[in-house]
Amino acid sequence: MMLTDLTLAAARSGLRQRAFTSRELTEAHLAAIEALNPRLNAFITVTGEQALAQADAADAALARGDERPLTGVPIAMKDLFCTEGVRTTAGSRILGPFVPPYESTVSANLLRAGAVFLGKTNMDEFAMGSSNMTSAYGAVENPWKRRQDADAVLVPGGSSGGSAAAVAARLALGATGTDTGGSIRQPASFCGIVGLKPTYGRCSRWGVVAFASSLDHPGPLARSVEDCAVLLGAMAGHDPKDSTSADVPLGDYQGACGRSVKGMRIGVPREYRADGMPEEIEALWRQGVDWLREAGAEVVDVSLPHTKYGLATYYIVAPAEASSNLARYDGVRFGLRTNGKDLCDLYERTRAEGFGAEVRRRVLIGTYVLSAGYYDAYYLRAQKVRALILRDFTEAFARVDALLTPTAPSAAFVQGEKMDDPIKMYLNDLFTVPADLAGVPAISVPAGLDANGLPIGLQVIGKPFDEETVFAVGAAIERAASFDALPTIRAGTAQ
Amino acid sequence: MSYSVEGATGPWEVVVGMEVHAQVISKAKLFSGAPTDFGAEPNTQVSFVDAAFPGMLPVIDRECVAQAVRTGLGLNAHINVVSRFDRKNYFYPDLPAGYQISQYQHPIVGEGTIEIELADGSARAIGITRLHLEQDAGKSLHDQHPTKSLIDLNRAGVALMEIVSEPDLRSPEEAGAYLRKLRTILRYLGTCDGNMEEGSMRADVNVSVRKHGDPYRTRCEVKNVNSVRFVMQAIEAEAKRQVDVWESGGTVEQETRLFDPGRGVTRSMRTKEDAHDYRYFPDPDLLPLVLDESWIAELKAELPELPDAKKRRFVGQYGLPAYDAGVLVAEQATADFYETVAAQRDAKQVANWVMGDFFAALNRTGRTVADSPVSAENLGKLLDLISDGTINGRIAKQVFEAMVATGHDPGSIIDAQGLRQVTDTSAIDAAVERVLAANADKVAEYRAGKDKLFGFFVGQVMKAMAGKGNPALVNEVIRRHLGN
Repeated sequence: MMLTDLTLAAARSGLRQRAFTSRELTEAHLAAIEALNPRLNAFITVTGEQALAQADAADAALARGDERPLTGVPIAMKDLFCTEGVRTTAGSRILGPFVPPYESTVSANLLRAGAVFLGKTNMDEFAMGSSNMTSAYGAVENPWKRRQDADAVLVPGGSSGGSAAAVAARLALGATGTDTGGSIRQPASFCGIVGLKPTYGRCSRWGVVAFASSLDHPGPLARSVEDCAVLLGAMAGHDPKDSTSADVPLGDYQGACGRSVKGMRIGVPREYRADGMPEEIEALWRQGVDWLREAGAEVVDVSLPHTKYGLATYYIVAPAEASSNLARYDGVRFGLRTNGKDLCDLYERTRAEGFGAEVRRRVLIGTYVLSAGYYDAYYLRAQKVRALILRDFTEAFARVDALLTPTAPSAAFVQGEKMDDPIKMYLNDLFTVPADLAGVPAISVPAGLDANGLPIGLQVIGKPFDEETVFAVGAAIERAASFDALPTIRAGTAQ
Repeated sequence: MSYSVEGATGPWEVVVGMEVHAQVISKAKLFSGAPTDFGAEPNTQVSFVDAAFPGMLPVIDRECVAQAVRTGLGLNAHINVVSRFDRKNYFYPDLPAGYQISQYQHPIVGEGTIEIELADGSARAIGITRLHLEQDAGKSLHDQHPTKSLIDLNRAGVALMEIVSEPDLRSPEEAGAYLRKLRTILRYLGTCDGNMEEGSMRADVNVSVRKHGDPYRTRCEVKNVNSVRFVMQAIEAEAKRQVDVWESGGTVEQETRLFDPGRGVTRSMRTKEDAHDYRYFPDPDLLPLVLDESWIAELKAELPELPDAKKRRFVGQYGLPAYDAGVLVAEQATADFYETVAAQRDAKQVANWVMGDFFAALNRTGRTVADSPVSAENLGKLLDLISDGTINGRIAKQVFEAMVATGHDPGSIIDAQGLRQVTDTSAIDAAVERVLAANADKVAEYRAGKDKLFGFFVGQVMKAMAGKGNPALVNEVIRRHLGN
């Protein structure tokens, strides 16, 4: 077995038992990145030297008995997290050569836990997208291939597409992502890995380049539920620098993964169906319900009646916040500047050159819905519907401990598909958006393959700050599914 | 007598409302924790939050909130236990985030009142609509480089209180009185230094005119007026302009104007058409601001005595006329000075000295109470020396001027200059005898009934004694010698 094939938890044990060193583990991953990243384009920046220095420091720490939750474990950072001294792009041209003079709280927490950073992963520009096609640094290739059409280049999902592809192809043991409308869970589903979006406020947003502040959730991606639990435990925690960070004690996430679901009540929301959703996703969902029932859970039908308004609500609230959050990219203080004949010209040229089409579209939508005369009809109304969506969850969680749904209405699609019609692309987020709007935790766990041999994930949604139940149910699905399919492109495969 | 602008069609009433931006006295900025030192080198008081670097987030400063609550309490206003911050979006290089964090819909302080006093002794209550917290912007410097504008972000993110009045003011005089009273209250509270020249207090003035008894007409906002005098001039100029527009058949358009103090006119800055659409919405980076009732009560209990209460107390405790009390409480330092001197002394005499010779000396020397050459202690000693008969009132004025000039205490000045009052009746007798002998003709006239000459004799005796004679004794001795 190759070192890159280990789960994060197994690698950690190996390090602690001195079965191998962090340098060996890190070198194996850097070699895999060197071999595969030219094709996958999962990393925008690889920090090899820094990674090896961190690995050596980790080996020294382990030698003196300083074992922290992630000592010596090589992981990847989505390029939305500001990393001190390491270029941070947010997948956009507008940040230009921006090198943050500060470390995001989440990445600082991970460093404190002993993690080794391999580099910064590719992503949709400013996390706006579901395919990683909007990155200014090129598309990312999904390491999975269709059985029938092995030449087709598939998208890894988005916006955390680089993180998902890197973890699936064994270029990293785990990665950070951010989920605003599904940007952790949908790429996790497309790439056959696990992705968790914790409760809003669980992971600090300080130092994370903002897309939509009330919806941005940092979280982990990894190849097992337990790995995600380990990562969340190291990433999360109250941060006084983020006013929306919650001062709620962390749970025993790793322990929760071994907890039985016996006696739990699992809700199946009847609204999580889409026109044209493949029957195999529907079938896998039923399979998931059966697995949980067999594991001793009680399954009940629930209704979340405002689900159908989720996407429309999201595509008002998120662009509104984004239009304001992205105003700071004006060419005045940092990043790209394109000079013009006067101040307005400088703004217009800088932003026209710096932002891609999808970002421009959302800034325009957001500006529109906040404008005088439209605010009440769009933004205010969307906020009211958002409250109703949250109420749906609150009422459902009065009856059940967790909800089970599909993660996405499709498996990975071909690069370039759905690019002609933004609405088609937005439909990817249909099942993931409600949990973002409500701020409740949700996980995507790979549960099976479609007819093309592509992975499909199931989603478990939990109560606010009850990530433990989400991990317990997710791990039960994982055990029952015993998903062991491998992507075509992965470390060690010949290219 | 109410103020009006005389037009060709008769008198017009002026309607004025004020929006005052008061920079909060606080060690830290409103959301960034960066320091707020005034006059520091450009761009040295700036955090990454102030410069709106990617991923930076605002965290509210507790002391700034406390200052807003104190101010609200000082304005007899309702404190809103729940308030909220909104983003006001517009692009400008000295606004790094592209939005200002402000309180648009749910301000921290609601309705209150300020009582103003006018020169004729009348008083009026002016309504406060609201007070909200917001960030200040940085400064654009257009005169430092031939082709470039420079940006100083030291001020960016500093806490401001925007204090909005009802359109209750009816004359430039009332507007001036309102601003001065507001400044007094802020200074008493220690929540703003009220320094308009340095820009830590700035006024936007909303002006409209109407025929008495008519509904309000369109108003114009005169922005960023930086002294009380200019505010009063701006209102007068703007009201006259509007009357001319209406009377010449035109319509006053709602717009933002600037006052040009040099020419004494207002001019258009931007019209309604190019007004910004600020796209206000609740700032998703901040939770609603929820105040603890008990914390508000604590802040209330710690408030200093405010000018209105102090004035009432001065009238009651010291028996001062309302006008005098009002003058003495206008500045906290003056009130403290007065009270220090007045303790155990004749309060009215002290008021006369403070408001008379003392204020005149400050004016003449360009000093303030704080750096006055005459301390409260020394002024008190001077008054004691009058009442114990060491010097008389006239010599006291002379001693006081020496105190202003040297800063010395009155006792040493009196000793050095030999100004001690003469109460020895034999010395006075001798002086009176000399004066009467030298003015035998006047004595005859006096005796013939020209009573007014008595004052002449007193003056001559005092002159002969170099002013040091005890006035009561001098009078008595002269009277005795003249035999009446």
